[in-house]
Amino acid sequence: MTDMAIRQPAVQAVPLTLRLAVRDIGGITRRNLLRIIRTPQLLFMSIVQPTIILLLFRYVLGGAIRVPGLDYVNYVVPGIFLEAVLIGGMTTALALAQDLQAGIVDRFRSLPMARPAFLAGRTLADVCRSVVALAFIIGLGLGVGFRFHDNAWACLAGVALIIAFGYAFSWVYAAIGLAVKDPQTAQMAAILPMFILFFASSALVPVSTMPGWLQPFAQNQPATVTINAVRALFEGGPAFHDLWQAALWCAGIFAVFLAISMNLYRKATA
Amino acid sequence: MNAAVEVEGVTKRFGGTLALNDVSFSVQQGDVLALLGPNGAGKTTLIRVLTTLLKADSGRARVAGLDVQKDARAIRSVIGLAGQYATVDELLTGRENLELIGLLYHLDKAVYRDRAQDALERMSLTGAGDNQVKTYSGGMRRRLDLAASLIGRPPVLFLDEPTTGLDPRTRNDLWQFIEELVAEGTTVLLTTQYMEEAEHLAQAIVVLDAGRIAAQGTADELKDQLGGNVLEVQVTKRADLEKAASLIAGLASAPPRLDAGLNRVTLPVKGGARVLIAAGRALDDAGVELEDLGIRRPSLDDVFLSITGHPAAPGGDAGQPPHSPEAGR
Repeated sequence: MTDMAIRQPAVQAVPLTLRLAVRDIGGITRRNLLRIIRTPQLLFMSIVQPTIILLLFRYVLGGAIRVPGLDYVNYVVPGIFLEAVLIGGMTTALALAQDLQAGIVDRFRSLPMARPAFLAGRTLADVCRSVVALAFIIGLGLGVGFRFHDNAWACLAGVALIIAFGYAFSWVYAAIGLAVKDPQTAQMAAILPMFILFFASSALVPVSTMPGWLQPFAQNQPATVTINAVRALFEGGPAFHDLWQAALWCAGIFAVFLAISMNLYRKATA
Repeated sequence: MNAAVEVEGVTKRFGGTLALNDVSFSVQQGDVLALLGPNGAGKTTLIRVLTTLLKADSGRARVAGLDVQKDARAIRSVIGLAGQYATVDELLTGRENLELIGLLYHLDKAVYRDRAQDALERMSLTGAGDNQVKTYSGGMRRRLDLAASLIGRPPVLFLDEPTTGLDPRTRNDLWQFIEELVAEGTTVLLTTQYMEEAEHLAQAIVVLDAGRIAAQGTADELKDQLGGNVLEVQVTKRADLEKAASLIAGLASAPPRLDAGLNRVTLPVKGGARVLIAAGRALDDAGVELEDLGIRRPSLDDVFLSITGHPAAPGGDAGQPPHSPEAGR
């Protein structure tokens, strides 16, 4: 009888406090950072890709592109910064699909951890990798002639906006990874929004040079708005209008795709 | 005695398929219950319902006295789950895997560090504890996976095909370990395709077939359901197989089962020596050349076959496709 009493489980769960939830997020983030450190080739590739795009547009194509009122290098490099974080985030989709297929999602869902922590820890670790890639691309940008013209605070705000956009967008990738479930498909599917948002934006050429039917989309989509805000912050122009629009986009993308991803995670089956 | 797991009328439908059809049973505290059935029988679906990974369409289930729907999070802190596929992180070390799970059970750091060390020792993984899991063998991964499910010291443990795909020695090690856990008072619900495993480990067996319970009881009770013995005839020449089957068919009410691969006919019979002699005489008179003739107690395989009309495990294969249909949906 006494033995039975000892084996009798504690019937209430420890209440899930904010402190425990933060600790869960920390644990998962650490796991994913260890994974990133232990696959340096992936980190390397997430730096190589934007490097190639940057060199391509700076040296191969850039000579033929004229933008009014700005050196092309100062026009295009902020766009490549955004591309660097968008590329970095794509691994979120791939990694989540892998975890789902390997049954790791099942294991974590069967634990008493805070439910959002699994995805939050994933996106936080991935944004850390994006920051490393971004730091490299900023250095490279400076090396090929890009210059920050506004004061340090404005430039830092611009970099922070790029990171915020990258983080918000990593939840889009999270939703893609959980929805398609298969790592290969996830990788292909994650390229699509990146391609559309990056190429049909003001990142590489002014929207005014695009055909009329494309302009309304290209002018108002989140990547353009964010790049315009970042450029204005780096160059010292009027940034306020673009800045609050970009902030709203980030908040909106984050909120909507957080909800979608959490819903997919709750019902996840491999 | 309290029931550690109670399942009442649980039904789950995936599209047009009834994955679980009005399933009811209970597991007493400290017992081992084996859910036995072929791929697609609904075993994994049931485990997913009981471990709060999946909501049943109807019915009620309680684990450690807690309702799987209302008290899902509380249940997660009193159960352990080890899956069919070792769900450990390849790029982390064994120790890092265990410590992460301990953290997520909301144990204190000192506690989960100790337990991770204990678990590594217990699973004979101490030497490999600080190596990345990608360097582990299949058996080591499975042991680590089981160790991970024990970090929370769960009173109720769910093991989904714990030994599928393992070599016999590793399987025996795992069996022994499960027996140790049970001796310490852990309640275990495991799924298996192997009769031998159910018979070896479990006090109670629930036979699942196409989502519904085909039979339940102890191994002996299930064998008694079949009644009597099994007559086994092995012919030398394949051509004699059908002939032998028809010659002995009259000795039982159930039809004989032919195994062309082994040139063997099996037949559930009521009698003992008398039936054996009658069969021998009939076969000899007809000039059928025999490789072997015998009578034995039914195995659980015979029972499964007579209950469901098809064998439990196709050809007793140890290797499994990486994703069975039921694990997918």
